[in-house]
Amino acid sequence: MALIEAKDLEKTYVAGEITVRAISGVDFVIEPASLVAFIGPSGSGKSTLLNMIGCLDPPSRGSLVVAGQDITGFSRRQAARFRGEHIGFVFQDFNLLPVLTVFENVEYPLQMVQNWSKARRRARVMEMLAAVGMADQAAKYPGQISGGQKQRVAVARALVTNAKLVLADEPTANLDRDTAGRIISLMKKMREEFATTFVFSTHDPRLVENVETTFVLEDGRLIRNDLFTGGAGHA
Amino acid sequence: MLNIFKIAFRNLLRYKRRTLLTSMLITLGVVAVLLFIAVSGSFKAMMIGQITDSMLGHLQVHKKGYMASVDNLPLNRNLNGKQIDKVRALLAGHEAVQAFSMRIKLGAMFSNFKETTNIRLNAVDPVAELATAPLLVDRILEGDPDGLLQPGEILIPELLAKGMQVKVGEAIVLVANNKDGSVNGQTFVVRGILEGISGPGGRDGMIHIDDARSLLRLEEPEISEIAVRLHDIAALPRVSAELQRELGSATNKMGQPVFEVHTWEKISPFFNIAKMIDLMTLFIKIMLVAIVLVSIMNVMIMAVFERINEIGTIAAIGTSPTRIMGLFVMEGFLLGIVGTAMGTMVSLAAIAVMNASQISFDFGRQSGLLLAPTVRGADVVNIVLIVIAIAVIASLQPAWKAARMDPITALRHV
Repeated sequence: MALIEAKDLEKTYVAGEITVRAISGVDFVIEPASLVAFIGPSGSGKSTLLNMIGCLDPPSRGSLVVAGQDITGFSRRQAARFRGEHIGFVFQDFNLLPVLTVFENVEYPLQMVQNWSKARRRARVMEMLAAVGMADQAAKYPGQISGGQKQRVAVARALVTNAKLVLADEPTANLDRDTAGRIISLMKKMREEFATTFVFSTHDPRLVENVETTFVLEDGRLIRNDLFTGGAGHA
Repeated sequence: MLNIFKIAFRNLLRYKRRTLLTSMLITLGVVAVLLFIAVSGSFKAMMIGQITDSMLGHLQVHKKGYMASVDNLPLNRNLNGKQIDKVRALLAGHEAVQAFSMRIKLGAMFSNFKETTNIRLNAVDPVAELATAPLLVDRILEGDPDGLLQPGEILIPELLAKGMQVKVGEAIVLVANNKDGSVNGQTFVVRGILEGISGPGGRDGMIHIDDARSLLRLEEPEISEIAVRLHDIAALPRVSAELQRELGSATNKMGQPVFEVHTWEKISPFFNIAKMIDLMTLFIKIMLVAIVLVSIMNVMIMAVFERINEIGTIAAIGTSPTRIMGLFVMEGFLLGIVGTAMGTMVSLAAIAVMNASQISFDFGRQSGLLLAPTVRGADVVNIVLIVIAIAVIASLQPAWKAARMDPITALRHV
């Protein structure tokens, strides 16, 4: 069963008297435990599509099923609960909470979203920090670690709830070449270890080289679907 | 909840200077209110004590209609023997009553054998009067205050003494109209000069109640008013209501009530000053509320504005709107707690210093009254609860704004 299935997806924004069609007639399927990238020029609709998959922005039309649930009609509260249970996020600017330590940042979704017990939280957080190679930095605050380390922590935070889907918006954009490479490797490793699907929105060719499926967007339309593992195809 | 507390606390520490300034503003407000309550409360309590303990008593019982015509000192509206006995029995058996004094109030002509003028007089039993108005002796400016007075002696108001040039030990004559219209005169020796105070009866002279009976040729026991002193003035509303209930049931042959009971508040104009003090306290409290409301709302609006991106992040990873709201309300709550705690400590310290400094003040003709500011625990709790409640209320709007924020817009915010 597909992890994500979008049919005739459309997103329009109304700004005054102008209606902007950000996404139009998009269909795609993403399988579990895959690495997928949405690419395209700025304004092509990559981030809008990621936001819709992540229950942050409802589609204007069409159907979008994620993890077996049609998310198109979710209320704010339902969407928040769904995100907390099924989706992890990795941001371009890392977006760690500066007042929390590395440990507490990773712990946050378990405590504030899923209400895990303290003992379970501790074990799970340490497991994830060890997996991303940050266990020895657990007591530090985000301001005391490097950009690459912050993104590792962000990956750990995204995966700590056993999320089967991680949405990453330009995850390597603010990292140097070597660090970006390490983060890409880390995410591939996490995919292998936890069978997690990573969906990226990116311009970074290094990242695109490492995914299995690439959806190319232009002016809100899906113009190509390249399946690297199985050869190139068209949407 | 503990995690919300932890995050809110750390966010406050993140902006130390702003948190400190806001807390200090709240502290200042709390200090202003508590000190005002303490000082004005002390002033009020002292003034009430002066008025009730040197003249009025805490409450008074009269025959119905007496107070309406008290300016005329009517002799035909006195309580008779049976009525006096009823009141005496009631007061003597009441646990809250410390003492009571029966008084005859009368008007007379006062002559020093050279000049004649009018005088208003309270005729009292000295022992009962001193028990009911213990500060009365402090009003005796000249003459022996011990035992107040004996039959044949008179305490005259200071203005009369000055005007008529009468000195302690001199003889004077009082001539009074009796109830039946006849006139009677009697010689008295001036025992002392009585300080005048503001309020009803504050410039009256004083004679022994037995002298009043003979001067007025009263054959039956008659009393104009009964002044009552309670063990604790805080019991005044309860005791007054009980006496009203007990005595109010007594009616005359025409079915009208026989007695009227007045607390000092109904008799003395100072009660209006006391009410003014209460009103000023209310306004100071309103100012405190405004200070807390504006300062906390301002700081929380800034906090939300500065952390839009963080709000977007926690919303994106699934934090419910209720919890996001809780994070910001908790910050406001903590600011309120910190400001209140500091304000209460500073206020208590300032009150202790003021008490140690023995600050004195004058009130009317009384000088050197010592200020003894105190603040009741109930007042502190009241202020603490008001400040914390307002702090939470002031945080609600910014917190609501944060909780309702669109995650995408918030995440895009730089």
